[in-house]
Amino acid sequence: MRLIKTIGDWLDARLQVGDVIRETVEHPVPSKTASWFYVFGSAALVVFMLQIVTGIMLALIYVPSAGEAWNSLQVLNHDIALGWFIRAMHGWGSDFMVAIVLIHMVQVFLFGAYKFPRELTWIVGILLLLVTLGMAFTGQVLRFDQDAYWGLGIGASIASRVPVMGPSIVNLMLGGPIIAGATLSRFFALHVFVIPGLLIAFVAVHLLMVVKLGINDWPMPGRVVRKATYIRDYHELTKKDGVPFVPGAVYKDLFFGGFILLSIVACAIYFGPFGPSGPPDPTIIQTAPRPDFFFLWLYAVLSLLPPSMETPVLLIGPVLVIIGLVLLPFVFGEGEKSWKRRPIAVLTILLVAVALGTFTRLAGNAPWSPVMDAWSGMPVPSEFLHNRTALERQGALVFQLKQCRNCHSLDNQGGKRGPTLDAVAVRLTQDQLIRQVIQGGGNMPAYGKNLSPAETTALVAFLETLHPAGQPAARDASRSLALTPDTPQTPASRP
Amino acid sequence: MTPPDLTRRSVLMKIGIFLNSIIALVLAVPIVRYLLSPISKERKGDWNAWISLGGLEQFPAGQTRLATYRNPVVNSWDGDTADIACWVRNVDGKSFQVFAINCAHLGCPVRWFPQSGLFLCPCHGGVYYQDGSRASGPPERGLFEYQYRIETGKLMIKATEMPTPGRAANSNPYSNIVREIKPCA
Repeated sequence: MRLIKTIGDWLDARLQVGDVIRETVEHPVPSKTASWFYVFGSAALVVFMLQIVTGIMLALIYVPSAGEAWNSLQVLNHDIALGWFIRAMHGWGSDFMVAIVLIHMVQVFLFGAYKFPRELTWIVGILLLLVTLGMAFTGQVLRFDQDAYWGLGIGASIASRVPVMGPSIVNLMLGGPIIAGATLSRFFALHVFVIPGLLIAFVAVHLLMVVKLGINDWPMPGRVVRKATYIRDYHELTKKDGVPFVPGAVYKDLFFGGFILLSIVACAIYFGPFGPSGPPDPTIIQTAPRPDFFFLWLYAVLSLLPPSMETPVLLIGPVLVIIGLVLLPFVFGEGEKSWKRRPIAVLTILLVAVALGTFTRLAGNAPWSPVMDAWSGMPVPSEFLHNRTALERQGALVFQLKQCRNCHSLDNQGGKRGPTLDAVAVRLTQDQLIRQVIQGGGNMPAYGKNLSPAETTALVAFLETLHPAGQPAARDASRSLALTPDTPQTPASRP
Repeated sequence: MTPPDLTRRSVLMKIGIFLNSIIALVLAVPIVRYLLSPISKERKGDWNAWISLGGLEQFPAGQTRLATYRNPVVNSWDGDTADIACWVRNVDGKSFQVFAINCAHLGCPVRWFPQSGLFLCPCHGGVYYQDGSRASGPPERGLFEYQYRIETGKLMIKATEMPTPGRAANSNPYSNIVREIKPCA
């Protein structure tokens, strides 16, 4: 023990950091702030450290070459002892990190921690969110499989929509004319050198400000932030009611950080590593690329936006969101901190959470994507064929063969792109069905060039049988009139 | 007699700052040039090469078939990523259409369904007719088309860049504008 102290003293006489460290770890925090709500920032840092360690481990084996990356992932998964586990930890670590950073941000927002004098801490926090998402996206690219390849294509297609600069940005992003070796190499440089460097720098500034400005006091309804008095009040509060960060608050951070690490280990062991899916061979087109979890909402938004809105929303939307987040502490730098007195803040969070949650959930079953093999893999349910005429059954065949099923479901099987057709005959008359099939409309292609008159007749005959028992098919009231034999006829047609 | 601010120390300080600024500039130029090389690279030689998709007998009249080619601009470590697919439509035995595999919405690989005569995209549900024109879904335009020509019984195309909505396949950037001009009614 005495030896350790001797060595410590010897080092500190030269480094002279002991006092600074002591001051930092013992800086007073308001006793109410030493709360379970204030553990997310440190947990994000813990997960980031895990990512650094596991990332370095993976870099020992991974080959950032378009020709070999996928093979090296297979070796990691199958040939290296516990390689799969390191990959799984890194993958799950990334999901946990994004989640915790988002939770941290929500907590900071709801507790008014972005207000004076912590505006810059908030802005650096926004930068940290952006670089964290940047790590998540570039990491998904390094898992160089089919999803990564086509994900890059989606990224390039979005980037190309920037006016004037678009094609140049695509070239810069891909490092060449196509997604290939140069693309992977530059995403490797971004993921391993550039973005982590920024991340470490931003974390350092962020933490420095937390220590210098003090952690946010627990928001009390009625305790209003004013620039003139806040700093004096805060110092009085910490003097009167403060506890040293170590050991007053740190045990909660330690406990929660450990709990998160254990959760990542559990997920890694139970669910295993992410992919890789099929090899990044663009001639294999039997694929339905999906982004990773935290980009699923974007996938849904891109499917659901009207075409004309897409480019403006994609290019201007993120800029507006970032400007809004940066301006937030300047526009609302004073006033109430407690979420109990800030209903609009609470509603904003709820709205964003519900929207992102809904989009993510929608993207899980992607109703906008045609089911590519429904026409060959999902037969027409037998109840739709029972007691049908030959023509109607022929129509069911046309229905399958012309891939109507890829977009339209019967008995809940098939595509969800178009409306389900279980009761289509109730909605559309025979004439309307013919028109819809031949001319298309709404979001449906026109099949006029692709159906012979006989096929159309059969198909419509089948569609007309699609109505619930006891609920008749829709019909045009004037049609029966036109078909009645005793309607006045032209003299020429008389016998 | 020297003015008080023109000491030896301050002059050397100024020269030092000046020299270092020059060095920074001298270093910045090649670094920026290096970073921008994917943009500034001259599109010569292989960039304009005609690539063979194989003999015409592979593309029967009236049918649309998948063809693959090796991108003319490659590095040896590109692996499979330099093998690109495209759809070849033999319209009537004489004229062809060669479509990029990439959906005009966000670049996912479209699939051809001969029975219904449609290209369907698995990502966001873009649909195109057999001639590549937009049928439905989010795309704002039809499929990208490559230039083609027939040489000694082989179908050749020009395709070096991945087409994206802002950068159509090897096409003249002004061709769309010219196409818009219509005679007065």
